[in-house]
Amino acid sequence: MELLEVKNLKTYFKTQKGMVKAVDGVSYSLDYGKVLGLVGESGCGKTTTALSIAKLLPPEGEIVSGEILLEGEDLLKLSKNKFKRKRWKDVSIIFQGAMSALNPVMKVGLQIAEALMLHEKLTYKQAMNRTKELFKLVEIDENRVSNYPHEFSGGMKQRVMIAMALACNPKVVIGDEPTTALDVMVQAQILNLLEKLKKEINMGLILITHDLSVLGEICDNVCVMYAGKIVENGTVEKIFNNHKHPYTHKLIKAFPNIHGERKLSTSIPGNPPNLLTPPSGCRFHPRCEFADEKCRTKEPELNKVGDHHFVACHYGGAFI
Amino acid sequence: MKRSYFIKKVFQALLTIAAILVFNYFLFRIMPGDPLQSLMRNPKATPEAIEGLKKLYGLNYPWYVQFEIYIKNLFSGNLGMSFLYKQPVYEVIGSRVLPTVLMVGLAEILATIVGIVLGILAAARRGKAVDVASLSFSLITYSMPTFWLGIILVSIFSVSLQLLPTTGLLTAGQSYSSTMSMLVDGIKHLILPTLTMSLVLIGEYTLLMRNTLIDVLTEDYITTAYAKGFNEDYVIKKHAVPNAMLPMITIIAMNTGFVIGGAIQVETIFSWPGIGRLMYDALTARDYPLLQGIFLMITFAVIIANLLADFTYGYLDPRVKQ
Amino acid sequence: MKDMKSKTKRPKLKKFLVSLRNSKMGTMGSVILVFFLLLAIIGPIIYPFNPQVFGTGREILNSPSMHHLLGTDDMGRDVLGNLIAGSRISLLVGIMATLISMIIGTVLGILAGYYNKRIGSLIMQFTDFFLVIPWLPLMLVLAVILGTSIWNIILVIGLTGWAGTARVVRAQTLSVKERPFIERAVAIGSSGRHIMVKHILPNVFPLVFANTILVSAVAILSETTLSFLGLGDPTQPSWGMMLHYAFESGAASIGAYWFFIPPGLAVVLVVLGFTFLGYAFDEILNPKLKGR
Repeated sequence: MELLEVKNLKTYFKTQKGMVKAVDGVSYSLDYGKVLGLVGESGCGKTTTALSIAKLLPPEGEIVSGEILLEGEDLLKLSKNKFKRKRWKDVSIIFQGAMSALNPVMKVGLQIAEALMLHEKLTYKQAMNRTKELFKLVEIDENRVSNYPHEFSGGMKQRVMIAMALACNPKVVIGDEPTTALDVMVQAQILNLLEKLKKEINMGLILITHDLSVLGEICDNVCVMYAGKIVENGTVEKIFNNHKHPYTHKLIKAFPNIHGERKLSTSIPGNPPNLLTPPSGCRFHPRCEFADEKCRTKEPELNKVGDHHFVACHYGGAFI
Repeated sequence: MKRSYFIKKVFQALLTIAAILVFNYFLFRIMPGDPLQSLMRNPKATPEAIEGLKKLYGLNYPWYVQFEIYIKNLFSGNLGMSFLYKQPVYEVIGSRVLPTVLMVGLAEILATIVGIVLGILAAARRGKAVDVASLSFSLITYSMPTFWLGIILVSIFSVSLQLLPTTGLLTAGQSYSSTMSMLVDGIKHLILPTLTMSLVLIGEYTLLMRNTLIDVLTEDYITTAYAKGFNEDYVIKKHAVPNAMLPMITIIAMNTGFVIGGAIQVETIFSWPGIGRLMYDALTARDYPLLQGIFLMITFAVIIANLLADFTYGYLDPRVKQ
Repeated sequence: MKDMKSKTKRPKLKKFLVSLRNSKMGTMGSVILVFFLLLAIIGPIIYPFNPQVFGTGREILNSPSMHHLLGTDDMGRDVLGNLIAGSRISLLVGIMATLISMIIGTVLGILAGYYNKRIGSLIMQFTDFFLVIPWLPLMLVLAVILGTSIWNIILVIGLTGWAGTARVVRAQTLSVKERPFIERAVAIGSSGRHIMVKHILPNVFPLVFANTILVSAVAILSETTLSFLGLGDPTQPSWGMMLHYAFESGAASIGAYWFFIPPGLAVVLVVLGFTFLGYAFDEILNPKLKGR
């Protein structure tokens, strides 16, 4: 049994202009002790799938259909109270933008301790001790538990968020672009930390990012998303060295290679897709130079093209 | 709070007070014609009062000397002689401060508590009955002249229902068998003025708390709190409200000027013997020294209130704390 | 260039009026204000009122009857007539005082925003100073000093109500100043005055207009309060003066509700009208506020 299985998830947003199909039939799975990378352009739906798993969608958002199985149990079928108990204990999130995700008038230690007091039923003292241990784990001076968020730098705040996410020993941690707002040095430190933790605790980590270098560093498997759908899904080696989808190809080529030639990387032509009225057939067809009539009319399924490797393209890598 | 913050705020307050002193001085100079002439035309101005004013302003000397005399007088507590009461202004004002502080103080405390509670309820149950009702209430009290609300309350509770008295601190000419009965009579007199003030303030504070809280609830750290598995009650009480209180405190203190305006109206309606009523009487009698003195005092009070609010904010907001 | 301007201005106005009609608050506010405006303009012509004509001793404080639909006041005069005549005065004072406040506030705000180093901070210090002084005591003192004719009242209210506008206009000017077309204007050598009038003012104007509506509400409340406290023009039968006489004559203690309720109610309605309209304008100009 997989740790987490997302099956055919559909999450739509109600707007004045109609239903925005942010996530439109997405399936992937995460195994114990593994890191799954979700990558794609802004607005492709990767954050929305994460928010759907954690049931933290804004009021306009609605999970229309699908299953989210955590150790076999469908989270979407749970009552509000039952799910509340699972929050943070089973699924936690490292939020993007730690700057604003921490309460500015509450001491940082208390913000972690309160979760412990709620879920692990610890006393205040016990919770603070555990918090100090967590700080040690993420390499922050444990005396700083009584500091306020504004007294930390960006990188340290992110470590605090990680410590907070790990507090109740969750089964699944979702990192929503945890390194995006940080400079490269700090980014490397955070990734090393996550790597270390992945080995020490057997948690599953979903890493959402649009930065391919992050992907390469730490992920075991990668899901490439486009316009609310998964276009390619495989191990990190296959995605980097043997990808089959034109979009994946363009994505990887758009990233400058430090070992490669010194030339301008090619950007992906065209505009991001309209999720109110998505393109017919294969959603990538308006921007794909290989698109033909079949691509324009029929939506491709995720087909197996190798061991642990799936592609949603009618021509599965023929052009790469 | 940080030392630099403290010093900066005190300095600003002192600067404002200095500006007020100058402003107050020149205010009574812009009367058309010679100030002394228009004062002498005032039927209530006795020869002693005019002499007192002459001395106070040093009207025979050049303007910079006059200003110096004015400042010197101010610092020794000499605000001139009241035409109406034939007493030193500071004495007259001093005897009337307590009733105002009592009434306004009670009204503010009541309004702050009720306003915060209602505001939280309205923000938490946004769009529902509580919210719509409190918004409507706020809107209506905001659109009403405070004194009119007072008149209406008088006509309902004093005239129609005959429950509460209309004027004064205590019933005139009443003798009391015990302190308790005097206290009860005093409380009966206190209710309507305080209620009038409170209703207007409740309208304002409820709206303020509601809007501030709604803004806070859109912040990211609120999502984090929900993600951790806390229910709405906890998130609002422990995470949202503490953040909303900071701007509330600042605005409540800055509101002091408005409250004074309301107090003047309420005290007039109910003949409540406080500073507000005093100003109304001084107005009607064109008692300039008294008016000037009250104006100065009230403005001082507002500046001090703002300063205290700044200090409280500096103490509470960890981003400003040392 | 000129053609482009006129083409874009007209659809904007239409679109604006449509969104106004769509907003519940906007329509309610407009209806109320149009009603009172018509009342103020036409009312006294159709139903004239002469404040100098007093009734006989028997006609004092009569309750409503067929002869006097809203009863009589403490001088035997018709309350309804006074109410209608008062609409003209209260609205006149409110609008004129607001105009003064708006002009001062806008001019100072734009200056403070455009020359935002030394001149700007000086102006803002001055503005903050005005904001600290409690409004009613200041108005009372000014009214006592200047005298109580209707024009002095308008002046007093106008001279004390500009500070909020100045602040808001300054903030808006600061943001407009950053836009590229301003940079271009400066680069081609336009004078400060030209830029402020031709470029900044039109962009600040919608905000100023929305602010005007809310300031009008306060101005009308101010006139009512000043008159009530005895600082109004005794020759003008405004709503505030009606309430002044109602209080002085003890109408409340006698239960002469027809005397003190209608003028107060009229003030509440007009202020509500302005407030609704002001909120609607705010929402239209700043769609983020929708749904408050």
